[in-house]
Amino acid sequence: MSARLLKGTAFLVVALFLIGPLVVVAGVSINEKQALTFPPQGFSLAWYGQIFTDPGWRAALIASLTLAASSAALAVLIALPLAWFLWRRIAPWANVFQLLGVAPFILPPVITALGFLTFWATVGAYGQPWTAAISHAIFFVTLPLVTLSLGFNSIDRSLVEAASTMGADDRTVLRTVVLPLILPYLVSGFAFAFVLSLNEYIVAYMTVGFTMETLPIKIFNALRYGYTPTMASVSIFFVALAAIIFGLIARFGNLRKLLGAMSGDEK
Amino acid sequence: MRREPPRTIADYAPLVFPALMLIVFFVIPFSTMIAVSFFQRDQAGFYTPTFTLDNYERFLSAFFGGVLGFSIMLAVLVAVVCVAVAFPFTYLLARSSRRVQTVWLVAILSVLSLSEVIIGFAWSTLFSRTAGITNLLVAVGLMSEPQALLPGFGAVLTGMVYQALPYTILVLYPALVRLDPTLLEAARTLGASPARAFLNVVVPALRNTIVATLIMVFVFALGSYLLPQLLGRPQHWTLSVLITDQAIYQSNMPFAAAMAVFLVLMSLALVGLTLMIGGRREASA
Amino acid sequence: MSGLELQDISKRFGNFTAVDNVRLSVPHGTFVCMLGPSGCGKTTLLRMIAGLEEPSSGRVVLDGGDLTPVPTHKRNLGMVFQSLALFPHLNVGENIAYPLRIRGVDRGAQKKRVDELLAMIHLTGYGDRPVSKLSGGQRQRVAIARALAISPKLFLLDEPLSALDAKLREAMQVELRQLQQQLGITTIVVTHDQREAMTMADLVVVMGEGRIRQAAPPIEIYRRPADAFVADFIGSTNLLDVEADGAGRATVLGRAVPGLEMPSGKNKGVISVRPEDVHLTAPAEGTVAGKVTFVRDLGGTIETFVEAEGKTIVAVTTPRERTGFSAGDPVGIVLPRENCVVLDA
Repeated sequence: MSARLLKGTAFLVVALFLIGPLVVVAGVSINEKQALTFPPQGFSLAWYGQIFTDPGWRAALIASLTLAASSAALAVLIALPLAWFLWRRIAPWANVFQLLGVAPFILPPVITALGFLTFWATVGAYGQPWTAAISHAIFFVTLPLVTLSLGFNSIDRSLVEAASTMGADDRTVLRTVVLPLILPYLVSGFAFAFVLSLNEYIVAYMTVGFTMETLPIKIFNALRYGYTPTMASVSIFFVALAAIIFGLIARFGNLRKLLGAMSGDEK
Repeated sequence: MRREPPRTIADYAPLVFPALMLIVFFVIPFSTMIAVSFFQRDQAGFYTPTFTLDNYERFLSAFFGGVLGFSIMLAVLVAVVCVAVAFPFTYLLARSSRRVQTVWLVAILSVLSLSEVIIGFAWSTLFSRTAGITNLLVAVGLMSEPQALLPGFGAVLTGMVYQALPYTILVLYPALVRLDPTLLEAARTLGASPARAFLNVVVPALRNTIVATLIMVFVFALGSYLLPQLLGRPQHWTLSVLITDQAIYQSNMPFAAAMAVFLVLMSLALVGLTLMIGGRREASA
Repeated sequence: MSGLELQDISKRFGNFTAVDNVRLSVPHGTFVCMLGPSGCGKTTLLRMIAGLEEPSSGRVVLDGGDLTPVPTHKRNLGMVFQSLALFPHLNVGENIAYPLRIRGVDRGAQKKRVDELLAMIHLTGYGDRPVSKLSGGQRQRVAIARALAISPKLFLLDEPLSALDAKLREAMQVELRQLQQQLGITTIVVTHDQREAMTMADLVVVMGEGRIRQAAPPIEIYRRPADAFVADFIGSTNLLDVEADGAGRATVLGRAVPGLEMPSGKNKGVISVRPEDVHLTAPAEGTVAGKVTFVRDLGGTIETFVEAEGKTIVAVTTPRERTGFSAGDPVGIVLPRENCVVLDA
């Protein structure tokens, strides 16, 4: 009994710590007046409406969504053939590229951001919106690369052999067996990259910070130059979006396995 | 479709696009940054290409030494707190039902993906005088009037722990969820209480994992660039903050690059150490 | 000629020779069981027949045509994998239709054939079920139906029944054999279970250390094992040293076995006597004296362990012919000449 109590307490404390700041932000976001007060005074969802009606916030939202979607797509396009090649071929030296794909994610983000800043400034493309998309794609390529490698490695090779004994050539095997099996991992990889790109600040700021406002950049600017409850509503909107996307992955995929649990273990 | 070495040029085709992208947009930018760290700052534009060690020399001053010391101290503190909290928590999580695990993982991922901007904003609100937690204490009569808890070291540390905790949990999760439950059951049959079994069996069995996680969280915390700015005073600024500041606001890219190169070397050394520990664990397993 | 021929096939992995110069000819319609301990090269050999491994040397010939350079997907064979390899993203019907679909067979014909096959494996109406909802035996049958969908010339199975429990395995052995006889298809099964091989095969191929030790009908393998390895691997046996005495008579356990002849030019060897062929009597003239050390009564059979001349000999009897010996009793051992097989030692 005491063990259960201990566990309950531990879970509660961590849950409170993780959710506390978000509760306060959520409370602030429904303040009726443009004031930073908690507990909220009055109730209004107007600040959520602002995200879509205020031209500045709406532009930032569109910029962020466009950036996230295009960079996540590009990240998947880079990761898919690489993960496929590493699974399909025996080529130890090609692991160098896997290392290159993982490095940007492990290094402190400021470094990657500064690398992009110097690079884009040197080639003269600094500030172009597409530079942010490429930068984010490289920065987050780790995520689809990891999920896809996991996906490929989880394919039982006898499935592939079985398909070939039944008359399927390499292309047919790829189309009828490998791709359908890899699809959930591809979607999760895209989703992870999408959510993180949506929230990313420093790389976006150092590449296009002076020409384009993504939502995190806009929140940061608002934080520095003038408070508005819309910041709070956008933050809550983002948390909800992330929770929905990860919830969907958990619903339709195997989130525990993606995060490192063994596939077959029953609990 | 056997797994075999590539034979013809066509077999290499899938590698072309990823290799090109990673080389052009990661290796080259990275090298550019290293090159820039040896360049001269240019008041008008960005920099002029020469070869100078000035940027590194400047780094050897007492001020930057202090910043470096503070950055490392802060990151170590964050890593220790995070692992101390996350390890028992993740252990309990890994022993929960699949459903509970999945719900927690969704929540943890959602917090992990939060922008540092949003985390900074959330905690600055929570610690503020007008909308902060002290209002709650006033309401229940523990305090007479609300007060601001920031800026300050405590606020910076709390924010950074908040940022790094989900990461720590996810790094520990695979090792703990794969831990052989019979190991613990064996300890229990030999007479150990659950707490003793945890301390005497689980912790030693995962000692290398704990060390590796400490290092990974340390590197992660070194990368925090906004929270010290938003929640702390200038004396709480870390190397990452200074790099951003030099690059963006002081327009001193060569100096920022020199600091970045230094940070990379430090991070790489630590990641290498992690891999070595991991490799030794694999080998001994 | 019609049928499958393996011509001097070898497979080396680095310094390790997995399959060593295998030569075998399998007439059309034969049911072959390749039998051997794990690591004997039987699976590698099967995979070479399927084209999943490339032989280091030698050829695979089917009905007179060289199959060696033909890639797996053009060999038109049916194969059942140890893991069954059912596609998890396809349902039962789609799994069975897979080889038809990728050959561009039209939908109507696909459906007709799938229904036929489902009926054949007694799973009519299961076409829309997900594979994960089937029992082990049902999955087994789906894998077999899928491999037979295109009516292949060659049907290969790699340890197909190893995942099933003992009872179900025996039932499936019979089912598989009946199916094969009904279709008349050349079939090769790899197994390490000698009972399975004895139940199903026309031809048992015993492999050891990459080589074929003996290829013969099951009863001949059992009655006339070619060497000690085969005798020991198939069923249980007593392996005893045999020596020719001065007069040229074969002696086992220090006593001449009348009528047993040594192969010409040899005066030392090993004989194999099956436990059910060993007779135990009361100690008497003309028998080998021994002492019972242990009796194991299994209900259906009784195993008596006898020590004689420093060797342990096992005799098996049925309860009907119960001998009534118990541990410690002195006995006389009789080795009937006609049941002693002299092996190449």
